[in-house]
Amino acid sequence: MRRALGKVFTTDHRRLGVMYLLLALAAVAVGTTLSLLMRFHRVWPNAVIPGFGVMKPEDYLALVTMHGTLMVFFVLTVAPQSGFANLVLPGQIGARGMAFPKINATSFWLTLVSFLVLISAAHLTAGGAPISGWTSYPPLSALPAAGPGQGLGMDLWLVSIGIFCVAAWLSALNMLATIVGKRRAGMTWARLPMTVWSWLVASVLTLLAFVVLLAAVGMLFSDRHFGTNFFIPMGDMINGQVVGHGNGSPMLWLQLFWFFGHPEVYIAVLPGMGLATSLFANFSRRRVAGYKMMAGMLVAIGLLGLLVWGHHMFVSGINPYAGTAFAAVTMAIAVPSTAEVIGWLATLWGGGLRLRTPMLFALGFLSFFIAGGLTGPILAQPSLDVYLHNTFFVVAHFHLIMAMAGVFGVFAGVYYWFPLMTGRLMNETLGKVHFWVSLIAAYGTFLPMHFAGLAGEPRHYDRLTGPAMNFTALLPLERGITYSALLLAAAQGIFLWNVFVSARRGRVAGVNPWESTTLEWENGEVPSLIERGPYEYELPQGEGGYHPQWESPVKQE
Amino acid sequence: MPATFTRNPVDVERNDTGIGGKPPYDRRPTGGGGDGENWENHPQGRGGPRELLIRYRLGLMFALSGDLMFFVALVSAFFVRQSTGHFDVYNHYTTDWRSLAVPPILWLNTAVLLLSSVTMEIARRQLFHEIDVMEEWLGLGRPAVKRAAPWLIATLGLGLTFLVGQWVAWEQLVQQGYLLSAPNPSSNFFYLITGIHGLHLVVGVLALMAALMGLFTLKKVEFRQIAVDSVAWYWHTMGIFWAFLFVLLVFFQ
Amino acid sequence: MLIPAAYALLKIGRVVWMPVDGSLHGPAADRLMWWNLVALCAIAVAGHLWLAFAMLRRKPAKRSVPAMARWVLLAGFCGMYAWMALTAQNLWAETRYEGPLQTAMHVEVVGVQFQWYFRYPGPDATYGVTRPRLVNAAAGNPLGIDPRDANGRDDVVSSVLVLPAGREVELRLRSLDVMHGFFIPGMRLKEDAIPGMTLHVHFTPEKVGTYPILCSQVCGLGHDRMQARLMVVSPADYAAWIAGRERAREAEE
Ligand code: HEA
Ligand code: HEA
Ligand code: CUA
Ligand SMILES: [Cu+2]
Repeated sequence: MRRALGKVFTTDHRRLGVMYLLLALAAVAVGTTLSLLMRFHRVWPNAVIPGFGVMKPEDYLALVTMHGTLMVFFVLTVAPQSGFANLVLPGQIGARGMAFPKINATSFWLTLVSFLVLISAAHLTAGGAPISGWTSYPPLSALPAAGPGQGLGMDLWLVSIGIFCVAAWLSALNMLATIVGKRRAGMTWARLPMTVWSWLVASVLTLLAFVVLLAAVGMLFSDRHFGTNFFIPMGDMINGQVVGHGNGSPMLWLQLFWFFGHPEVYIAVLPGMGLATSLFANFSRRRVAGYKMMAGMLVAIGLLGLLVWGHHMFVSGINPYAGTAFAAVTMAIAVPSTAEVIGWLATLWGGGLRLRTPMLFALGFLSFFIAGGLTGPILAQPSLDVYLHNTFFVVAHFHLIMAMAGVFGVFAGVYYWFPLMTGRLMNETLGKVHFWVSLIAAYGTFLPMHFAGLAGEPRHYDRLTGPAMNFTALLPLERGITYSALLLAAAQGIFLWNVFVSARRGRVAGVNPWESTTLEWENGEVPSLIERGPYEYELPQGEGGYHPQWESPVKQE
Repeated sequence: MPATFTRNPVDVERNDTGIGGKPPYDRRPTGGGGDGENWENHPQGRGGPRELLIRYRLGLMFALSGDLMFFVALVSAFFVRQSTGHFDVYNHYTTDWRSLAVPPILWLNTAVLLLSSVTMEIARRQLFHEIDVMEEWLGLGRPAVKRAAPWLIATLGLGLTFLVGQWVAWEQLVQQGYLLSAPNPSSNFFYLITGIHGLHLVVGVLALMAALMGLFTLKKVEFRQIAVDSVAWYWHTMGIFWAFLFVLLVFFQ
Repeated sequence: MLIPAAYALLKIGRVVWMPVDGSLHGPAADRLMWWNLVALCAIAVAGHLWLAFAMLRRKPAKRSVPAMARWVLLAGFCGMYAWMALTAQNLWAETRYEGPLQTAMHVEVVGVQFQWYFRYPGPDATYGVTRPRLVNAAAGNPLGIDPRDANGRDDVVSSVLVLPAGREVELRLRSLDVMHGFFIPGMRLKEDAIPGMTLHVHFTPEKVGTYPILCSQVCGLGHDRMQARLMVVSPADYAAWIAGRERAREAEE
């Protein structure tokens, strides 16, 4: 019994990592189900869903809100950052564990609590889940009367996010302390695996961004319950009742939220970028093209990422000159990202790749990063964003670059580090099928959305009525999207099955199955002094020769 | 756990950090700049001196930098909110920001807090006083603790005084009719900022008590040092934060 | 990946592109959009060809891409981004930096769950004072115009936006309750309506016709219902329409 409890309330960072991943898996299961309901409703708005009836407008908005919140916070913040970092970060820097194991465990349990609170917002409350989107713009989110779900549902949403912020803050400072303070001798900055660099930058962003969200959430909560008016403007009225008694400004929320919001989306993708870099080097048996430049660019992305939040508010009444400034910085941030892509492509150029499943997913990540990233500079131009803002073009943009790139990064990680979790390898054939089906289906789902966006179809539309009826011409497109979304979700069944089976009967991995050079694969004595760079693959001399970081230069050949 | 996870014996040995048994030359708890897990020139499994201390300082530093950002967010909100207003029916730009005069007692509180920072620092210094610590660590009495404790208690007293003072300030404001829920953002912000800073100090006081107990219960010099050191840095930071917030509340109304 | 796209194009050639544009600044914006899409699609394809090439290349090449080439490529992209930023910037400055012409006509756009209202200032060209407490849609005063204010007497409130072709309009956007998004795809125009703020945008409708007006910012369960129509008519028709509205209003009194 006590051993069982010990297993659950563990402070072992590897166990915690796996628990984080399982949490993300639960979240993604819910989030995916919601997204399928959304897709279904968009095509058959009047269909009767068994046990649910016909979907009411507020139901659809609640679905969107919960979907977005779950996916952004509980999948793409939890899995790549907390999950994988806990699993391998200490190993990769030759430390014995996280700097503060207990804090680490605490932040996991907080995350779990906040997840449960969020779920309860959807199911246990009278009004149902909040409907104001994952960005929760006030006054809609500040006034319980403003709509169904804006009562207790919204409160729970705020509480959940508040807890999540604290958890994120704890795990970020833990990770930073680990990376800065617990590197093994000789594990200099120039010898850090790119994953560590990405976790470093992402942690700094987490540290700086989430507290701001925490402050904003706290103020919103006090507006709702303690009669303050930070966000509710003077004379604001909801169905005939005047509720605004001081001049709060909704813009204040927009500023605070997006100051968090944009760094957040980079937190979601940075670990994927780091992992992709490592995998490209590993499976092409080459050194990373321009390691220093790649690391520097990651940092640059982090820094710039803190300065671009205004690009979400071009048409929200920010000063047009500010719009120009934010547009410029946003364009600037495309540069380091481009440099990363070029670095990756340069690493891959020579070919001779080992196309094992993790590599395939890393390549998928790259493909999505290019396809989704390139729409970024379009949105970054105010005069184009004036038309595209809050249309499906934006939805397409962030599903390609955040949702799909991010999730493919997670997949790459799972397939790659599976041996560290179970000692076994995942099934290659199933993996390849999973990859190709997911890739095609993902593009089939999110590419057409660009056209819906160009046609001007706004987000958060429950159904088409009135003048918007002319969008019904998009119906075939929407159908296509829905079908391929179904396919996409179905493909995940293969993944789950693969995990389940391989965990028990998969091929035993043995030591360092991928012939990798980074320290997490070393078992036995990590030398007390690290004397090698992270990616010393030596393709030119003899196929696939390589020098792991735990090997000392003397016993080279 | 699978084979790939076999821990090497070193881990086990390292699990007990700190001092005890015969002093190896490189494990003296004080003096000598240790740096992270730099194990050059001494056998594996031996943390450099101060390894733990430095780790805790790091963690604290990061935690506090996040905290700083948190306050920055509040302050920027303060300014944005101050600048918002609306056009009244006669198209005059009006704002509901009625700047409140902070209760004079705040000056006193501030002085108290800054003083407490001084006493805290003295207490901290005691625990890093080379000779005393050597004695402690060789097991000859606890001079450092004896010297530090009074100063810690003094700090505790001052801290509590500050909190009481803040409470009084709130009372006075309520007398003047400035409620948290008043339709006046400047009073909203006053309560928000002082309240949150107050919470931080409550945490600080609790930590202080814990450290005080630690002084007498903790077996190892290193841990006693860590306890006091962490609390001290936290305390100083809160002092500095308050200095800024105070200036904000008094001069930027 | 291209199959669904091609399928979509074939199936719904017309709507799949941006709706016909009826505004003065529209063509420039569309041209910009077009060039951006072409350039970036080309790059995306190039990138994927590169990827495919690398994946199909069985025999590993001995030489790797020279660093020089990478930097040149990056520089190229910098140039492209700069070009985009500049061209877009010009258009942005054109439409947003300066206010409307003196000759522009003024209309107020008010969003309320889940309705758009359009107020014409009437012959006196000044809007009457509005008071939230007077808002009463049932009694025919959805905006709470104060009857005691002379300026308000001749204000015309409509639920369709009727505009004369070829004349610049200055819209002032307000919202009574929550944030809404005022979106006329046909005019390449979007600006949020934010409670507590009054935002201004100006544009010139050119082509006579009827254009949907949508709400682009989620504002509650009726968000998708919150639509209106923009009718761009000849100046003569417009004069007739507004005169008619004036007469109707007087008849009420
Ligand atoms: C990570 C982010 C993420 C992900 C993965 C997804 C996945 C999907 N999303 Fe969503 N979406 C958002 C983030 C995301 N979305 C956000 C932020 C919004 C905006 C919300 C708002 O406006 O408030 C949104 C909104 C949104 C809309 C717009 C609704 C509207 O505005 O009207 C639609 C419509 O089609 C949609 C559809 C889908 C679909 C079909 C998928 C499918 O791809 C689902 C298929 C699922 C997968 C392919 C993931 C499977 C992954 C795993 C199984 C890995 C798990 C493994 C471990 C964790 C170890 N999403
Ligand atoms: C992981 C998440 C993520 C990432 C990485 C990005 C990356 C970028 N995003 Fe995106 N974005 C979101 C997630 C993300 N975004 C989300 C969630 C939203 C919506 C929020 C909401 O409203 O709900 C959003 C919305 C959004 C907007 C606001 C749209 C609107 O609401 O009006 C803007 C505007 O500027 C923008 C810009 C950018 C830019 C310029 C980048 C750049 O960083 C992109 C950089 C990448 C590239 C430029 C590609 C580089 C590749 C090449 C150049 C190919 C090289 C080829 C060869 C060498 C041959 N994003
Ligand atoms: Cu009004 Cu959406
Ligand atoms: Cu952004």
